Amino acid sequence: MQWIALQALVRKDLLLFFSDRRAVIVGLIAPIAIASFFGSIFRGSDNSEPAKIAIAIVDEDGGAVSKAVLAGVGGDRMLRVSTPSRPDARAAVRAGKVSVAVVIPEGFGDAAARAFFGGGSAPALTMWFDPSRGAELGMVRGIMTQHVMEAVSRETFGGASGRRIVEESLNGLDALSMPAEQKQALRTLLQSVQQFYGNLPGGSGARPFAMPYTVSEEAVTAQTSVPYNGYAHSFAGMGAQFILFSAIDLGIGILLERQRGLWKRLRSAPLSRFWLLAGKALSTAIIGFVTMLVAFAFAIIVFKVRIAGSVLGFVAIAAAYAVMVATFGLLVAALGQTPAGTRGIAILATLIMVMLGGAWVPAFLFPAWLQQLTLIIPVRWAIDGLDAVTWRGLGFGAALWPTVVLLGFSVLFGALALARFRWEEA
Amino acid sequence: MLEVRNLRKANGSIVAVDEVSFCVGPGELVAVLGPNGAGKTTTISIISGLVTPDRGEVLIGGARLRGDADPIKRQIGLVPQDVALYDELTAYDNLRFFGALFGMGGPAVDSAIRSVLAWVGLAERARDRVSTFSGGMKRRLNLAAGLLHDPGILLLDEPTVGVDPQSRNAIFDNLEDLKRRGKTLVYTTHYMEEAERLADRVVIIDRGRVVADDSVISLRGSLSASASVSLEEVFLSLTGRRLRD
Repeated sequence: MQWIALQALVRKDLLLFFSDRRAVIVGLIAPIAIASFFGSIFRGSDNSEPAKIAIAIVDEDGGAVSKAVLAGVGGDRMLRVSTPSRPDARAAVRAGKVSVAVVIPEGFGDAAARAFFGGGSAPALTMWFDPSRGAELGMVRGIMTQHVMEAVSRETFGGASGRRIVEESLNGLDALSMPAEQKQALRTLLQSVQQFYGNLPGGSGARPFAMPYTVSEEAVTAQTSVPYNGYAHSFAGMGAQFILFSAIDLGIGILLERQRGLWKRLRSAPLSRFWLLAGKALSTAIIGFVTMLVAFAFAIIVFKVRIAGSVLGFVAIAAAYAVMVATFGLLVAALGQTPAGTRGIAILATLIMVMLGGAWVPAFLFPAWLQQLTLIIPVRWAIDGLDAVTWRGLGFGAALWPTVVLLGFSVLFGALALARFRWEEA
Repeated sequence: MLEVRNLRKANGSIVAVDEVSFCVGPGELVAVLGPNGAGKTTTISIISGLVTPDRGEVLIGGARLRGDADPIKRQIGLVPQDVALYDELTAYDNLRFFGALFGMGGPAVDSAIRSVLAWVGLAERARDRVSTFSGGMKRRLNLAAGLLHDPGILLLDEPTVGVDPQSRNAIFDNLEDLKRRGKTLVYTTHYMEEAERLADRVVIIDRGRVVADDSVISLRGSLSASASVSLEEVFLSLTGRRLRD
């Protein structure tokens, strides 16, 4: 008899879900739409150009070094360079139109070359940056270092100003306050450089110094030559989020049933408390599981997302997550008092779980301490597990722990709900 | 058929029901009357297994009601005070669901659904959503849902609240029919005329205790020899005229 009742409870809740067009739209279509949007933002490099960082360069030097820096930076695929005046550059940063403005001061080239040989203090490059784009400042600093070093070394060891500076350095060597042995060593070095200039074909134009390495990049995904597909993560994240919303629906639904007297009728039947709650939870778990499958089916067909790892692992994580969500819904009902009062708190708790679980942005972007802390969030396990078996292409072993942990959360939430549920109906 | 013995239920310092006892036999309708907060609904809730009493027991055909999953609960049908139906589902789907909770399935439940819907005059509306029903139709369907599994005992908690005279009269006819069929009926209400028309016996509860348990005629006689004394006058004389909420 308990089985007949269980089937009836599940069937009834599924009927109610599909009879509510709004619930179906929110439950099935919204995660697809939002995941598609997020996926288009975070989809990875594939064949398209990366988003360029807008920077401004103010060249107040106008010398060979600064022109070489400008040429190098202008050709960098990571940057979009403009050359406004100093006030315009600062205004552009302030307005958020460029991330960083770099001022190359007058005399920069000569000072940099002298500093290269230890003959003076290093000149300062001024960088104005948008504080909301701190990460981009770091990237620009690195790119500028590369191009400045290339330009200064090229000019120092091959350009006219380099020859002049070496000559000046040799002439001023006696005036330097350093031990005689060091002076002699530096003199030998500079004379060797002069000799090197004399041997250059045509006297100049060669490029004696350059970056001492090149970079070969490969995105490590499921298989070689398979690009990262950001839609896999966004569909995992948004699927997880909207399934969690169904927990709120379950919790509020039970409170509404209580308010409308329906719970009395359910409780008057010869049905144990466990089976009653199991029936309520099972329908939500089914809806959640189907939601995840539908979302990923869409992602697979439209965005070519692949479950490159264990399909069984994917199913296990999705099912365990759906069960966890259902028991969380029971907990919402157990702790809630009124539907209206509970809804706000439940939504807040859900959004916090989703945010800290890495559904909106991947958890690796979190600070290290937060990455550790968020391991207590079940959503984090679901998303990491789904990432593992989709675009990372890992096997069932990578899905095992997330599945076990999610089922552990299910037991915890279910036990708490059973213990805290208000059973008496006066 | 139904025996309630020495029920007591307290919520903290507030005693909702205190030593409540009464019996209802087959084919008998007992009206449970009382002011707001007197303990009527708590008593009904204990009988239907929704609330566990601190003390006392409920006997169904001589067997004690034990726990949530006790099969003896099949002998009880509850018609809650609220219209306890899913508005989004059809009348048929509602009844099929409530029948399944009592272990009904297959052709038996379909037959029972046809029967109860015809009995409350809603056979033509079986496939319509409950949200399209009037208040009176919902009340009749609420009654049908409590009777679907053919219980021997029917507990009705203010089943006529907010219905028009036609629907109320139809419900009365249904209840009189149930009496004739030998069902045991417990009926709470604030409407004295309903009790006068339907009840074989009246149990009046005040402040959680039974203050009267007798037939309408005997209760009238206890107040005055005059035949013109109403049940309401008897009720007010026993429970007082002071407002309770």
